[in-house]
Amino acid sequence: MSRQAPRTRAVPQPATAQPAACPRRVTLFTTCLADFAAQGPLAAAIEVLEAMGAEVIVPRDQTCCGQPALNSGFPGQAGRVLGQTLSSLDGAEAVVTLAGSCAAMIAHHAEPLLGPAAADRAGVRNLWEFTQFVAAFGDHLDLELDATLTYHDGCHMTRLLGERTTPRQVLGRIRGLRLVEMGDSETCCGFGGTFSAKFPELSVAMADVKLDNAEAADVQYVVSADPGCLMQLQTRADATGRSLRTRHIAEIVRDALRRPA
Amino acid sequence: MSGTSPASADRGEVPRSVAMTDAARVTRPHPAWSGHDLDPAQRPALRSMTAEAVAREGVARTRMRLEVLGRERASGRWLDWESELRDRGAAIRRETLSDLDGYLAQLVAKLESRGVIVHRVSTAAEAREVIGRIATENGVTLIAKSKSMATEEIGLTPHLTERGIDVVETDLGEYIAQVAGERPSHIVGPALHMSRQDVTDLFSQMKGEQLPPEPDVLASFARERLRADFRAAQMGICGVNFAAADTGTLVVVSNEGNVDMVTSQPELLVAVMPVEKVIPRLADIGTLVPLLCTAANKELTTAYQTLLNGPRRPGETDGPSQFHCVIFDNGRTRLLGTPQEEILACIRCGNCQFSCPVFRTLGGGHAYGTTYGGPVGAVLSPLLGEATHDRDLPFLCSLCGACAEACPVKIPLDDLLVAGRADYEAEQPTGLESIGWSLWGRLWSTPVLYRATRWATRIAGRLIPAAVLGTLPVARLWATGRTIPDVSHAGERQRAANRHRTGTDGEAR
Repeated sequence: MSRQAPRTRAVPQPATAQPAACPRRVTLFTTCLADFAAQGPLAAAIEVLEAMGAEVIVPRDQTCCGQPALNSGFPGQAGRVLGQTLSSLDGAEAVVTLAGSCAAMIAHHAEPLLGPAAADRAGVRNLWEFTQFVAAFGDHLDLELDATLTYHDGCHMTRLLGERTTPRQVLGRIRGLRLVEMGDSETCCGFGGTFSAKFPELSVAMADVKLDNAEAADVQYVVSADPGCLMQLQTRADATGRSLRTRHIAEIVRDALRRPA
Repeated sequence: MSGTSPASADRGEVPRSVAMTDAARVTRPHPAWSGHDLDPAQRPALRSMTAEAVAREGVARTRMRLEVLGRERASGRWLDWESELRDRGAAIRRETLSDLDGYLAQLVAKLESRGVIVHRVSTAAEAREVIGRIATENGVTLIAKSKSMATEEIGLTPHLTERGIDVVETDLGEYIAQVAGERPSHIVGPALHMSRQDVTDLFSQMKGEQLPPEPDVLASFARERLRADFRAAQMGICGVNFAAADTGTLVVVSNEGNVDMVTSQPELLVAVMPVEKVIPRLADIGTLVPLLCTAANKELTTAYQTLLNGPRRPGETDGPSQFHCVIFDNGRTRLLGTPQEEILACIRCGNCQFSCPVFRTLGGGHAYGTTYGGPVGAVLSPLLGEATHDRDLPFLCSLCGACAEACPVKIPLDDLLVAGRADYEAEQPTGLESIGWSLWGRLWSTPVLYRATRWATRIAGRLIPAAVLGTLPVARLWATGRTIPDVSHAGERQRAANRHRTGTDGEAR
């Protein structure tokens, strides 16, 4: 492809302070969605990070990045909640999150919501989306998995965070894994946060398009780096009698871990 | 000149539209909200329009057509030379907005020096009244019009029709939409919501006999009828793509040649433009025309570029003897200096609409209930006019951001949509929604209360069957077409991690 991505927005570039080796202590920003409804991916991420040699800390006082309120038209409430979460992450050497969308929210909106000083908070400056972190520090992981899957590019991670490469980089390190690209993998699944509840009929119609594309790829799993997209796709698939299964990319990497006996 | 002069009306030969003859025979059904006569104050709620739109017969076919166009044109990926063009175009548009008043003043002076009668008006109502007056004062009974979203915005055609004037759209797609009684469904492709078979049915009903579903036959049917109107129309109305301040040149691009006919045949011409169509220099079209055409059509240019430099001069054979230019504001200049100013950089390529999965899934822009649908419409429509309607449109978007990548002049459409939502909510009286979010902000900015909501959710997830959960107020909306996710383990991982580290699980009690 001679084409190139047009727009790089405020992307968290931990590269500026990028440590050469994997940080010894990693702070997990669970995100509210995973904390409430995606415990499996959280457990998987902790296992992967530990296999990378990191001590994983899960701050008790973290809550949410504030995105639900921001996207519903309440930036004041969004800033209030984001501020609490950033406080809980202060002092962290590296913050890893399971949701590309929440990473993008913090990277793109922390400063407008909380002022320029927010850029220096640990939860902003040292923030990594899960696959970014594994791509940067996980090259020594021994990964093998016999599975066929397709990858859904979550919108905010792809376009707001500007991260298009690390998920496939990480999947590419897993021996035996077959990645089948579906049509329009970068098209929205219709979740859109509160959009899914404001326009449910439209939201599920968009999910159906995505599910049709995924089914056409004829794979075992639809994988993504965003619990929100996965929840949308799985619950729509279940409601319409599709057998399709979704997996968070952290679960795939965890399943692929080959531990020394 | 082959045009009939206004004087012919006095001789009893009142020209009437041939192209619109038998349009009354057309019975193709369409929802009220796609109609050209939709009153913005009366439009249904967004959710009901969108729910109807996704359930309409044939909507999947329309979506697939739009997806093909989206992949071809609006991938958000720009070749190197396109990126350079995009940088230059974006810069020219910002340069314009930095001194919009100055460039407009320069434009008006140049236009007037060339003999164009300029009408600068504020509101949409003033704009259509000025044009209506020009038509009635000149005894006009038939107007040939080229495609213009600006005229749609000000409700021009219904205004003229009410005064007994025939108005005919001469762009093929726009003509199809007009015959069907619908608004354009896309900025550059007004009839994209219709299939070839739909158009065949439409024209066959008009003709009273079955036409074959062949593009050539269908185009010829329209062309023959339109040809008669080009000859007979006493007045032409055109839009403006770019208005060069330094020369007073109005630039209109098209692919069908109809703009040349509309602007050269009738004795009377009215060009209609909103204020932001001005550009600093005529030379800028060297950037902006290829950029517009690349974004809209993946072409370097259109088949026709019409450059209008005033009325017919002595010795010239074509062109109007009377040339008016109506420049309207309709709420735009009040955006200058605000973040929403960015939307005035728009060059109406329609690429954001192709890129938008919401727009495509809805089968086009009708279900936005406004002149402009899609991302640009969801930003712009609430800001226009009296700004009392359509204020909730920024919510009709999943914030996927594809539009911002597809925009040839780099408008941060998704950011503007987020801002538009905040503006909407700030105007609402205190209600359930705002109280709910205040409460949410209080709970989730207080760790112990966040954990309490998590605990309550976990308990609810364990004790209440999913079928019952799905009937609760907010969950009910989620459960429309989806199952309820399992929340019975909420918080477990975090509690385990903290129990391990500190010996307490930190759960609210």
